[in-house]
Amino acid sequence: MKYLMSGIGRKQLMAITGLLWSGFVFAHMLPNLLIIFSPEAYNKYSHALTSNPLIYIPEALLVFTILLHLVNGIWVTVENKRARPNKYEMAPSGEKAPRFQSKWMIYHGILLAVFIVYHLVTFKFGPYYSVTYNGVEMRDIHRLVIEVFQSPAYVGFYLACMVAVGFHLSHGFYSSFATLGFFHPRYSPAIEKFGYVYAAVVAGGFMSQPLYVFFLAGR
Amino acid sequence: MGGTNSTNLKLKLKVWRQKNPQSEGHFENYDVDSISSDASFLEMLDVVNNKLIRDGKDPIAFDHDCREGICGSCSMVINGNPHGPQKGTATCQLHMRKFQSGDSITIEPFRAKSFPVIKDLAVDRSAFDRIIASGGYVSVNAGNARDANSIPVPKAKAERAFMSAACIACGACVAACSNSSAMLFVSAKVSHLGLLPQGDPERESRVLKMMRTMEEAGFGNCSNTGACSLACPKEISFENIADLNREFARASAKERA
Ligand code: HEM
Ligand code: FES
Repeated sequence: MKYLMSGIGRKQLMAITGLLWSGFVFAHMLPNLLIIFSPEAYNKYSHALTSNPLIYIPEALLVFTILLHLVNGIWVTVENKRARPNKYEMAPSGEKAPRFQSKWMIYHGILLAVFIVYHLVTFKFGPYYSVTYNGVEMRDIHRLVIEVFQSPAYVGFYLACMVAVGFHLSHGFYSSFATLGFFHPRYSPAIEKFGYVYAAVVAGGFMSQPLYVFFLAGR
Repeated sequence: MGGTNSTNLKLKLKVWRQKNPQSEGHFENYDVDSISSDASFLEMLDVVNNKLIRDGKDPIAFDHDCREGICGSCSMVINGNPHGPQKGTATCQLHMRKFQSGDSITIEPFRAKSFPVIKDLAVDRSAFDRIIASGGYVSVNAGNARDANSIPVPKAKAERAFMSAACIACGACVAACSNSSAMLFVSAKVSHLGLLPQGDPERESRVLKMMRTMEEAGFGNCSNTGACSLACPKEISFENIADLNREFARASAKERA
């Protein structure tokens, strides 16, 4: 308990929950690319997931872990701001400039929290259209996605949020290894590079879908 | 003094002046000239202070002691960088040849809730002493010292402990950190003592006590930006912080009650 209340303990919890979500976003992005290839495959994949009662277990885990991450993210950030009540006139620069601006984490993070709720409201709890393939009735989630991504405002918001995911991951992936106590002069630069590539792949993959729909499909 | 390459610099200084811990503080501008490029940064401030004293004004207060880069007193932030622009160098070892005539130099104190300003550039770093007192030591029972050569220390560990022991507790890591975290300082002490057989018996209790004292003193958490290592005049590795995270988790898991 003392551990879970300590600064390092809370950051390690953030690192574990953050890494779990990092894995989830990739696993969410990849099959969504089916939208580009086949509406039927897209709907069938979605149906296979949602019709399995076991889906509640990972869903509950995701909700629980993101809440832990969010609460601790706000908590550590408040502590961090309090630790420097008087600001500097100038920031470190030149040879001593830190590699990246991790101070944005809380801002992308809060945008992501808003996004996740809005995203669930739009899609998961959005209008139910029905479609039947070979006598099996299922939700036509593909139609909803095509409809939603006709709005330039929605697409713009979605793209901005995916840029935020990219930035969040580009620091977060690397950072979590250090937080969990893993740093090695030989492997850490590779982890850092992998983090950048991973962030770009996840963000790019998610962005390809609204762009594809807006410019190429449903027009 | 000075070789053939020495020149005289004209500088625009913008220095933080604050009467006491309670007062507000503000920047004041000073135009100085005839500063030798061979002077150290502190010698430049000495010249400025001599003039202030001659003019009947209050000299700029700053901490300094050894002036050879080993005591860790000379705390100040120069153009946004703790200890100035040159890596691996304490302010007292920084030379004016790093600057050019006509440069503007902003000089601020280390800023952190746990390092309150005493006056001008001098800050109270006794929070570091409290962290050390809580666990940054090795307990020995008095008696005959054991022959040092009879305690085997693997070379790799000895080297990492020695690199960590280079920390002069100046507080530049706190000053550079966007969260005013003291994790690099604590990690240096934890690795220095914990890696050696003499410090092993207190390995777990040390890290727990030091981290708890650090948090109570109001330092922030680590966001892994790496700014601390870059600012450190002894270039303590960022790797130490990951080691500290691991040591803390390990000690927490082993702790009873
Ligand atoms: C729900 C909204 C979110 C908020 C408010 C949030 C906030 C934060 C903050 C403030 C940090 C930095 C903590 C620090 O080092 O000072 C952070 C780190 C991190 N976040 Fe998030 N985040 C959110 C969502 C996400 C998501 C969706 C993912 C994964 C896709 C994620 C992955 C990570 C990772 C891996 C870290 C690194 C942990 C570490 O530094 O050890 N976060 N988050
Ligand atoms: S005065 Fe001692 S380190 Fe600079």
